[in-house]
Amino acid sequence: MANVLKRIYIALIFIFLYAPMLVLIVLSFNKSKSRAKWGGFTFQWYTKLLSDSSIMEALVTTLMLAVLSALISTFIGTIAAIAITSLKKGARTLMMGITNIPMLNAEIVTGISLMLLFIFFNVKFGFTTILLAHITFNIPYVILSVMPRIKQLNPSAYEAAMDLGASPFKAFFKVVFPDILPGVFSGLLMAFTMSIDDFIITHFTKGAGVDTLSTKIYSQVRKGIDPKMYALSSLIFVTVLVLLILINILPGSGKKAKEK
Amino acid sequence: MSNKLITLENISKSYDNHLVLDEMNLYIRENEFVTLLGPSGCGKTTTLRIIGGFENPDTGRVVFDGKDITKLPAYKRQLNTVFQKYALFTHMNIAENIAFGLKIKNKSKSYIDDKIKYALKLVNLEGYENRMPDSLSGGQQQRIAIARAIVNEPKVLLLDEPLGALDLKLRQDMQYELIRLKNELGITFIYVTHDQEEALTMSDTIVVMNQGYIQQIGTPEMIYNEPENAFVADFIGDSNIIDSIMIRDELVEILGAKFACVDTGFGENVHVDVVIRPEDIELVSPEEGTISGVVTSLIFKGVHYEMDVMANGYEWLVHSTKMFPVGEKVGIKVDPFNIQIMNKPASEDEEAVQIEE
Ligand SMILES: Nc1ncnc2c1ncn2[C@@H]1O[C@H](COP(=O)(O)OP(=O)(O)OP(=O)(O)O)[C@@H](O)[C@H]1O
Ligand SMILES: [Mg+2]
Repeated sequence: MANVLKRIYIALIFIFLYAPMLVLIVLSFNKSKSRAKWGGFTFQWYTKLLSDSSIMEALVTTLMLAVLSALISTFIGTIAAIAITSLKKGARTLMMGITNIPMLNAEIVTGISLMLLFIFFNVKFGFTTILLAHITFNIPYVILSVMPRIKQLNPSAYEAAMDLGASPFKAFFKVVFPDILPGVFSGLLMAFTMSIDDFIITHFTKGAGVDTLSTKIYSQVRKGIDPKMYALSSLIFVTVLVLLILINILPGSGKKAKEK
Repeated sequence: MSNKLITLENISKSYDNHLVLDEMNLYIRENEFVTLLGPSGCGKTTTLRIIGGFENPDTGRVVFDGKDITKLPAYKRQLNTVFQKYALFTHMNIAENIAFGLKIKNKSKSYIDDKIKYALKLVNLEGYENRMPDSLSGGQQQRIAIARAIVNEPKVLLLDEPLGALDLKLRQDMQYELIRLKNELGITFIYVTHDQEEALTMSDTIVVMNQGYIQQIGTPEMIYNEPENAFVADFIGDSNIIDSIMIRDELVEILGAKFACVDTGFGENVHVDVVIRPEDIELVSPEEGTISGVVTSLIFKGVHYEMDVMANGYEWLVHSTKMFPVGEKVGIKVDPFNIQIMNKPASEDEEAVQIEE
């Protein structure tokens, strides 16, 4: 009995969570432009989407942003994580607090503060400002996914490498880095996902003329209903879902790789 | 016969105003098996890390083979370390672990392969080349760590409690293997442990340390039979350490009774510490003993019985193959050669340093 209730409960949660997405995906295949009527199955919105040059442009911008911001924030975040773990206890707690704040902060606050910062320093709004913003909000995610790996390191391994004649630089790349690599990689994926997914911060830090997919959808939907946008949203949803699944199975995959 | 390979001169080290090593002086000869022995926190690991180059001393010099290496970074020193926690590289297999140092020195592939074979044979783990470190037991991992160190043909091998995590049986096996290795390789071992039995079994020279000071340096026999102070006596094996008065040469008053001894030169009517090993006490009938008392506890220990005897206000620890039941009146006799006389520490301060607890 309790089991049945449990299942119903879980089913309800999933329905509430995923029903809106499901509706969206169903509508993206709807021949009729109406949201209330099913006019038959079609791929036409998807094909139209691919032939819309402004959307394709936004896609390229989104991907460039995601790749660049993920790479740069992974680089900075990994170094930061290493530095933070070697701090003394008090300083470490403080640094972790500072790192966590941007993640807990409302995105709109982060977005507006970044916008004000760019205005203050007279930075021209455009691709660069979005990139800087994305790097900023991605770094904490990288730190958080690299940190546990560093804590698991056997501190003697680094010294053992130097003991065997490796310079500090070599010791790091041959011994420490391979051990934290799974964390670095999942940090990279996480940053990539967050960047693709972001709307609010991008909205406040993009200038006129530059659009990512999410800001594109927003401006189009404001003009009127266009089922192409359903198709686009569905694609983004699926992409992010796949990335998230990847991230979640990855930390374990480090272990599996060892066994083979 | 052999010359000094490593000399520590006036080495001091403190962490956050806490003095860990105080003006330490020590030399290690070529081919010697030296053990640093002492309770937890006495500075053994710190000493080893200074020799290995992982820690800089605040003052003093480290001299290796006649050259000052105090400032030389670890990776340029001709010595290798076996760490307390194995520290194998977990993402490399056993062969890659052993090859690590040789690859860095750009040795040829065939040379490296030969060395791996040789080293695995030496530590009795032939055929383990392709295993991953975490598929090995603790003892096997430790042997790989040793193999990884010795393929580099270091002049000195530093070992920090390498057997600390192993169970008793494995420890004993490994002790013999280490001694065999040392004899086969002919390199200098600097070994850290807080296990006095291990130190006595394996070492040529034992350095007893406490709270950053060297208490005594000597062969295992010297350390055991002639401890220089109460700390060493107490730390090495079980002992009866008794506050006594040296009446004159070759006569000491212990707990009111006069015992003949062989020590001379302490002066007359001087307070001293007397050390008597529990196995050196002979239990006889009350009339025959120099002192008499009552057995208060009895434990069978396999090779011998361990008894406590209350006599003249002191509980004597006695090891004997003869058994006396609890409550029995016995006499205590000690051969003059087995009474070890030690000077009292000169000041309260010194005493605090030398006697633990
Ligand atoms: N990096 C460090 N920072 C601060 N204090 C330290 C550091 N390393 C060691 N100490 C302190 O120095 C003292 C000596 O430490 P050390 O590790 O040399 O002891 P040990 O004799 O090896 O003990 P054990 O048998 O427990 O390994 C200890 O009181 C320890 O707390
Ligand atoms: Mg130690």
